[in-house]
Amino acid sequence: MPELTAETVATSPEAVAQHLAASCYLADDSLSTAIFLAIRLGKPLLLEGAPGVGKTEAAKAIAELLGRDLVRLQCYEGIDAAHALYEWNYQRQLLAIRHAGEHEIDIYDDRFLIARPLLQVLRAPEQRVLLVDEIDRSDHEFEALLLEFLSDFQISIPERGTIRAAAQPIVILTSNRTRELAEALRRRCVYHWIGYPEAEREAAIIMLRAGDVAEATARAVAAAVQTIRARPLAKPPGIAEAVEWANAATILEKGGSPWPEAFRRAIGVLIKDEEDLSYIAPELGRIVEEALG
Amino acid sequence: MRALPRPAAPFLGFGRLLRRYGFAVAPEQISGFMQAVTLLGPRSMSDIHEAALATLAPPPDRRDEFEVHFQSHFYGNTSAVVEGEADEETRIKDDGGADDERTEAERSREGGELSSALEQLSTRDFQRDDDRLTAFRRKLSSALPARRSFRTVRTPSRGKLDLRRSLREIVSADGDVPSPLLRRRQTVPRKLLLLIDVSGSMKLHTADYLKLAHAAVQGAGRAEIFTFGTRLTRITSALRIRDRDQALARAAAQVDDWDGGTRMGPTLLAFLSVPRFSSFARGAAVIILSDALERGDHAELETAMRRLSARAFRLSLATPLAGDPRFRPATAALRAILPDLDDLIDGSSLTSLTDFILSLARPAPTASTIWKKVS
Repeated sequence: MPELTAETVATSPEAVAQHLAASCYLADDSLSTAIFLAIRLGKPLLLEGAPGVGKTEAAKAIAELLGRDLVRLQCYEGIDAAHALYEWNYQRQLLAIRHAGEHEIDIYDDRFLIARPLLQVLRAPEQRVLLVDEIDRSDHEFEALLLEFLSDFQISIPERGTIRAAAQPIVILTSNRTRELAEALRRRCVYHWIGYPEAEREAAIIMLRAGDVAEATARAVAAAVQTIRARPLAKPPGIAEAVEWANAATILEKGGSPWPEAFRRAIGVLIKDEEDLSYIAPELGRIVEEALG
Repeated sequence: MRALPRPAAPFLGFGRLLRRYGFAVAPEQISGFMQAVTLLGPRSMSDIHEAALATLAPPPDRRDEFEVHFQSHFYGNTSAVVEGEADEETRIKDDGGADDERTEAERSREGGELSSALEQLSTRDFQRDDDRLTAFRRKLSSALPARRSFRTVRTPSRGKLDLRRSLREIVSADGDVPSPLLRRRQTVPRKLLLLIDVSGSMKLHTADYLKLAHAAVQGAGRAEIFTFGTRLTRITSALRIRDRDQALARAAAQVDDWDGGTRMGPTLLAFLSVPRFSSFARGAAVIILSDALERGDHAELETAMRRLSARAFRLSLATPLAGDPRFRPATAALRAILPDLDDLIDGSSLTSLTDFILSLARPAPTASTIWKKVS
């Protein structure tokens, strides 16, 4: 088997799309172009979109396509350098000092360094893909820190000096757009906005992702979900929920519920908000019936 | 220095065109765009289109505008216009991507038409209101309710052990353990979210409210301001301009639904349905400045208020009607939303509003208990 490098896998956007499909991820043209460009230009890829459109899944698929491990850094409010870059193992350092007694000991040795995601990726850029998930949840200070990391791919540890990446690592950032990201960060990245897929693609995704769902079911689910998303819901259902709904309805149908009824009873996996449920409930029968055609 | 080859000129020109229309395009993005086009072939126009989208990164809410410029630049098709959305949906306007260049230009121009119009509106009690707002701006950041942040700060007492710094001390003291150093969790002010009703029935008060909003944006670290009438408009970044007249003129230009009708329920629901906006409300002190005179059915208003109060730290409604001592929350809409409100206060004067906002950190009985006693 030939070795997988960024260049051999990403020869064209179509090749990228094929490889992604092989790892069970269906990308449209513009997403596969964005991925292709990010890999070839050596820039980070910034994916934005509503919750549940498959941003994190895209990152997983890219890691699989390149045959690399995915290192995930989940952002949250208050995340700081100690969680993202590195941390010293103080307990071991203290023990080592005790143990050494009169001998000299380097307590800033590799043994005492706990590598956090950004450092892990710097150390082996050829074997890992970095996913910085939901960057919009972190605060501005962390964004600035990340900016520095993404432009030079180096980390300075005061006790050790600067660690630099041997090669350009592949970095994927995702954001739900709950706040504006800094312009500087956007412009350093290749950008792609993931929207909800059209019915046909969604049906294909459901077929690919769900266990054993009949094609007609997948189509009906895709059509119904499109209609439901057009309603003003607090939380419009994502692709993952649509897949779950198809699965759940299939199971119920095998358990003996007839079709429209199975969809109605499985609605809890699609819409997870009491108010949305009561809003959609009166219409649900009609929507499902129309989708079933 | 090598000159650019001739075929590269349109790509450079496209970047320039976007900048002229207020898109933020950096030089490295244009070079990235050209590299991307080279990498892709380009085999067709759609390659160039995809490359432009990926590298020039237009904000999603200005995507349509971007498409129009792309069409006109690369296809010479100037007839395309940005299509409006369907009318029944509440329109949402966000000034997030607004450019700074225009601000500079406005700064140099003295007293535009809009700002002079606003000045006429605000002559009443000008001096005293001004002083009050200045004082309000100064006090605001320390007066907002606080929450515990995930971040830690050094502290001389009452905290958890700071292992990192303590260990350094220990090493420099040759293994002796001096008094340990401590850290504790920082407290940060909560967000402040103002939703201002700009409909016809609030006409007398909107000028004051906008001044208050400007002071709030200037004074608080994280304040968000929206106006609503028949549409929803985010004016926070307009109000970030330091000069008040300029900021208000800019905000006034952004709002399209001055002095029209109110569709409070639908606009608030529209606010909640944009994840980015509704996250502004999470854990925030939310103040709605409106008379809450909802025409017709108030079911939507009720839903919106229930959702807002579930997200917010404290949800308050300031209505100018409450300035009248005979005021009671008697309309059907007000009675329905009263249980969701933390405060229902007098919004008829700047004094009462600033005093109320500065007292947000102090606990108070809920609106329904207060108004039950009164009536």
